[in-house]
Amino acid sequence: MIDKRVASAHAAVADIFDGAAVMIGGFGEAGSPIELIHALIDQGAKDLTVISNNTGTGLVGLAALLRAGRVRKVICSFPKTAGSTVFPDLYRAGKVELELVPQGTLAERIRAGGAGVAAFYTPTAAGTPLADGKELRVFNGREHVLEHGLRADFTLIKGRAADTHGNVLYHRTARNFAPMMATAGHVSIVQAAEVVDAGTLDPESIVTPGIFIDRVVHVPSPALESALNEAGASYP
Amino acid sequence: MTTSPSSAAPTGWSREGIAERVAQDIPNGAYVNLGIGIPELVARYVPAGRTLVYHTENGLLGMGPSPAAGQGDPELINAGKRRVTMMPGAAFFDQATSFAMIRGGHLDLSVLGALQVAANGDLANWSTGADDAIPAVGGAMDLVAGVKRVFVMTTHVTKEGEKKLVERCTYPLTGRGVVTRVYSDLAVIDVTPRGFELVELAPGVSFDFVQERTGAPILRNPSR
Repeated sequence: MIDKRVASAHAAVADIFDGAAVMIGGFGEAGSPIELIHALIDQGAKDLTVISNNTGTGLVGLAALLRAGRVRKVICSFPKTAGSTVFPDLYRAGKVELELVPQGTLAERIRAGGAGVAAFYTPTAAGTPLADGKELRVFNGREHVLEHGLRADFTLIKGRAADTHGNVLYHRTARNFAPMMATAGHVSIVQAAEVVDAGTLDPESIVTPGIFIDRVVHVPSPALESALNEAGASYP
Repeated sequence: MTTSPSSAAPTGWSREGIAERVAQDIPNGAYVNLGIGIPELVARYVPAGRTLVYHTENGLLGMGPSPAAGQGDPELINAGKRRVTMMPGAAFFDQATSFAMIRGGHLDLSVLGALQVAANGDLANWSTGADDAIPAVGGAMDLVAGVKRVFVMTTHVTKEGEKKLVERCTYPLTGRGVVTRVYSDLAVIDVTPRGFELVELAPGVSFDFVQERTGAPILRNPSR
């Protein structure tokens, strides 16, 4: 019998180690696995490399992980969302490293990593500073940039529903990076608002097949970054 | 009150006026990505009888207008992270699929803002390169690399009066030779192999007024 459920967010992230690379799903607050991030803050792992599209807002979730000083490097496309002060302050103080990646290249690097593709050529960023130092090659008369696949030690994502086999459904634009990150994490962890027995979800509708998921955590009423920020929350 | 056009600065198009002008040029049935900021206004002015399908790169085709204040779903948002709605026929997808649409040339049009546009079609719109700036690029480089036609919506000059249409960009590039057409408050200008070429002047704006505020020659095409 396969049952990937673990008892709590804390149990799910217990073995994340110092220096780990961690992919964290979400585009802004949509899809941000706040409970798993907060459990990671409690757990205490440091010197993390975080791969995520943004850097969080306010003093909760991803921003709180940064504020706690646990992150050595961020790989992302858009670190300065309105309402984000933690990352800009750390970056200007030289306390966190940034690898800026165009959003589509970030998505494709994660997809490639999870799919066993070491690297690929893309026209995105050719002729711009983000191609500096990268291998270039001309295809069909057009310059392309070599980009490497990305993998991580752990992936933290949020789903609307998951089953005991780790099959996952998402909610609207909360899907964003999660399906690729699920494939690229050595250990991929999903928090889901609904967790059901295998055989309950329609196999035709599964977005992330369970083979990519290692741990399922039931978080029935996940917090939203904007609601926490409006309430003036900070974590811990 | 009356003012003499020769002494007073002509007003040209408002932000909404630019958006309305852009919308006139988008054909029925087009798949369109509207960038963050001023391009978002375009959706309000689609001419009657035309149906456009809006793509937002965070994972939705068939994006609808913003919901009423306080309404909507915090996980149904656009690339600017504002709440939106969905139209009949909408579809959700992941980021790899979304950028396959963009980079793979499946979108008809991208409307973007700009810091600078050069006469050779180069675009700079993500960073001024200032030392204390937090660099952030999002999907802009993918959009200009993959979408067939790139429209730029912008004020003709900055608030400080600096030219934004220039001979060569001085800010870090988003892409080389990617801009198709520029819609400013003063004019509509094509980017052609010969450089900037006038399509249309905003009401009450003279060619000389536009040329004085442009950092490269504008060709006046007498056939237009």
